[in-house]
Amino acid sequence: MNPIVEVRGAVKRYPGVTALGGVSLKVFGGEVVALIGENGAGKSTLMKILGGLVHPDQGEILIDGKPVQISSVSVATSLGISLIHQELNTLDNIDVAGNVFLGREPSRFGIIDRAKMRADAKELLDRLGLPISVDTSLQKLSLAQKQMVEIAKALSLDAKVLIMDEPTSSLTLTETEQLLKIVEDLRKRGVGIVYISHRLGEVKEIADRVVGMRDGQNAGEIPKEEITHERMVKMMVGRDLDRSSVVTESTAKEDRLVVRDLRTKRYPACPISFEVKAGEVFCLSGLVGAGRSEVVQTIFGTDASQGGTVALDGKKIRSGNPHDAIEAGICLVPEDRRNVGLIVEWSVKNNITLPGLEKFARVGLIDRGMESEAASVQSKSLGVKTPNLDAAVSNLSGGNQQKVVVGKWMLQNPKVLILDEPTRGVDVGAKAEIYQLMRGLTAQGVAILMVSSDMEEVLGVSDRVAVMHEGSISGVLPRKDCSEEAIMRLAVGKENHA
Amino acid sequence: MKGLLRKETGIFILLLVVCIATALKSHQFLGVENLQNTSRLIGMYGIFSIGAGLVIITGGIELSVGSMFALLGVILAILLTDKHWNPIAAIVTIVLLGTGLGAFHGFLITRVKLQPFIVTLCGLLFYRGIARFVADDQTKGFGDAVGFEGLQKFATSNVLGVPMPFVMLIVLSVVMWVVLHRSVYGRHLFAVGRNEEAARYSGINTKRVIASAYVISGLLAGVAGIMIAFYTNSISPSSHGNFYELYGIAAAVLGGCSLRGGEGTIIGIILGTILLQVLQNLVNLLGIPSSLNFAVMGAVILLGVLADQLLSNRTPRKRTA
Ligand SMILES: Nc1ncnc2c1ncn2[C@@H]1O[C@H](COP(=O)(O)OP(=O)(O)OP(=O)(O)O)[C@@H](O)[C@H]1O
Ligand SMILES: [Mg+2]
Repeated sequence: MNPIVEVRGAVKRYPGVTALGGVSLKVFGGEVVALIGENGAGKSTLMKILGGLVHPDQGEILIDGKPVQISSVSVATSLGISLIHQELNTLDNIDVAGNVFLGREPSRFGIIDRAKMRADAKELLDRLGLPISVDTSLQKLSLAQKQMVEIAKALSLDAKVLIMDEPTSSLTLTETEQLLKIVEDLRKRGVGIVYISHRLGEVKEIADRVVGMRDGQNAGEIPKEEITHERMVKMMVGRDLDRSSVVTESTAKEDRLVVRDLRTKRYPACPISFEVKAGEVFCLSGLVGAGRSEVVQTIFGTDASQGGTVALDGKKIRSGNPHDAIEAGICLVPEDRRNVGLIVEWSVKNNITLPGLEKFARVGLIDRGMESEAASVQSKSLGVKTPNLDAAVSNLSGGNQQKVVVGKWMLQNPKVLILDEPTRGVDVGAKAEIYQLMRGLTAQGVAILMVSSDMEEVLGVSDRVAVMHEGSISGVLPRKDCSEEAIMRLAVGKENHA
Repeated sequence: MKGLLRKETGIFILLLVVCIATALKSHQFLGVENLQNTSRLIGMYGIFSIGAGLVIITGGIELSVGSMFALLGVILAILLTDKHWNPIAAIVTIVLLGTGLGAFHGFLITRVKLQPFIVTLCGLLFYRGIARFVADDQTKGFGDAVGFEGLQKFATSNVLGVPMPFVMLIVLSVVMWVVLHRSVYGRHLFAVGRNEEAARYSGINTKRVIASAYVISGLLAGVAGIMIAFYTNSISPSSHGNFYELYGIAAAVLGGCSLRGGEGTIIGIILGTILLQVLQNLVNLLGIPSSLNFAVMGAVILLGVLADQLLSNRTPRKRTA
């Protein structure tokens, strides 16, 4: 039997980097191939070749055994290949239905058939278990919800080959399970699926075969029966990785950040109160749409507050302006790195030093030596993979972009560091690095407020977990009471009877 | 960064070609008198073009400078000839007035959240109307400059043979080059123009930065306005400064400023200004009917932008999604 799609010896070079150095991949109908590898290994590049977005310097692509040229996205679509991008491609000014059918709007005599479009979009959303109206404008949705819309868009194509590049990086357990059910279903219908993820737990659950990549090369393959966490890590990294937990029991005592009756734009009727102690990692958990990001955005001042107070070390913070928050010592690593976390056209260096640029300046003039030095130290300590510090961030792989955002804020010596999905799309090794850095900060008394959808991360690094449900905190769990079940109960709004 | 370098190289080559062609066709082109006059114009236009460029770098636009020149010029003439103000007080007032108008635009754009195009378009209409009203639609002149001979001389004099406006442009460009390309503030301007949201998330006071660009633009318009008023020596309120805002915008765009914001250099803006003035000069010297003036300029700008497009097409275009 011919593979439904096959890549032979794909090579792609960029100035200063060889993204792919002759990679091969086969996908058969009715199987889920998981593609894993460290940040910058070349996974997305390989997939973009199949999606018609990147043209290989060398190599061959065969569909059902016949060689093809995928010169554009529309060619890919007509060949039956559908790609869910690692970075969002939705349009903020259009509603959900319009986004799902963008460029393929059902029409009659050139007039868009709204009724059909809405009905079809609704069906897709229901399949994904996404409880939002198809008329909602995308700008009202959270990153994770936009991601679901993106998935719906790919599903609407009824493709023979579905490529999913980190579809779950911003999703929580519930949505992830829903998605995995759909993948299961597509597999039964004979669709060939490529699944990229840094969450090895779900890879193990869904994959029929794991294909590893390292530095633009094939790094091996693991058949279903032999998939284990350790083998996957070894294949990606090339050596064993110490998986010991980095958590040390926190000795946190006094309150650093105190939030009282904070009301967000999204849930103005739900006052939120909690406190984060100096030296602890406090995590906000919950389902997509529970209002976690809104809370941290409001604390930081990028969202207008609808009431309530935020105090740092007993002093109230003027709200509504990130400038004041940073001045006071509160920093935020936002979840949406491409639109608000980074200026992607800018260099790695200029991005890292942008906040607090004054530190590298005398009488308002930038000391460029000092700036380069600081950026270089920071990017090394996080292991950002880039040809040099002047490379544009948009040329970095997704995980490496994330490291730049985290690095940019860690350089600020904050008193309170807010991390919204700090390791979204980051590989296992770098995740451990980031956790290590977080622990280093808490040891110095920094309070960390984290929002995370990654259950392993929530359980692994938090000292306390507050679980949110539809805009309110439904419970706060100390580390010893944290478990997947306890968090999930609170997340769906059930009381814990403790 | 390489893209910017290439942009400037492109326009520099275009400028050289135009200059050489003109020099070959007309021996007057390199004559002292012509050079002096052209550089005087370059100085005046360059000063406000820098302001136009700064605003464009923030992703905005300033359309009102031409009308501002009429208004400021009329007021200057009235202050000096009718009211017999102290010349120093008069020019300080004019510069402050320009700065104030810029600040007003900045306020409307950042605080009231109106679009720059609309705010400055209204300015273009409003200031022109006020200028005509204040002057009673009469041409205002400086006459014999009784009482402010020194000021008039200063504005129209030469330093070692180099016209004053050109000298001022050199000084201002050096200052603005440092501000734009070496200072924290300059970096913030580019950040705001490139991605306002990301800049805000990075703790930059985006409103203040954007408003400041209009303030600087207003200030430079005030300075240039005084020079231009003394250069023409009489201000007809309905035509003085007509289209000057477009010269500023054209110079900035020719020099590599992107109307999408976040891109541009001082050197580029200056080269753009020089190119426009040389073209004007070329039309005069080569005896091309002056009715074709704008057509020549439009064609060359189009060519310049096309060439730039072809060069930069090699790099993938910025995604807007
Ligand atoms: N347009 C580009 N210009 C220059 N270099 C690029 C470009 N796109 C990708 N690269 C480089 O190619 C390499 C592979 O990138 P790719 O995005 O495929 O990695 P990835 O495996 O998907 O990583 P991640 O897990 O972080 O998403 C990286 O080193 C990246 O910097
Ligand atoms: Mg990737």
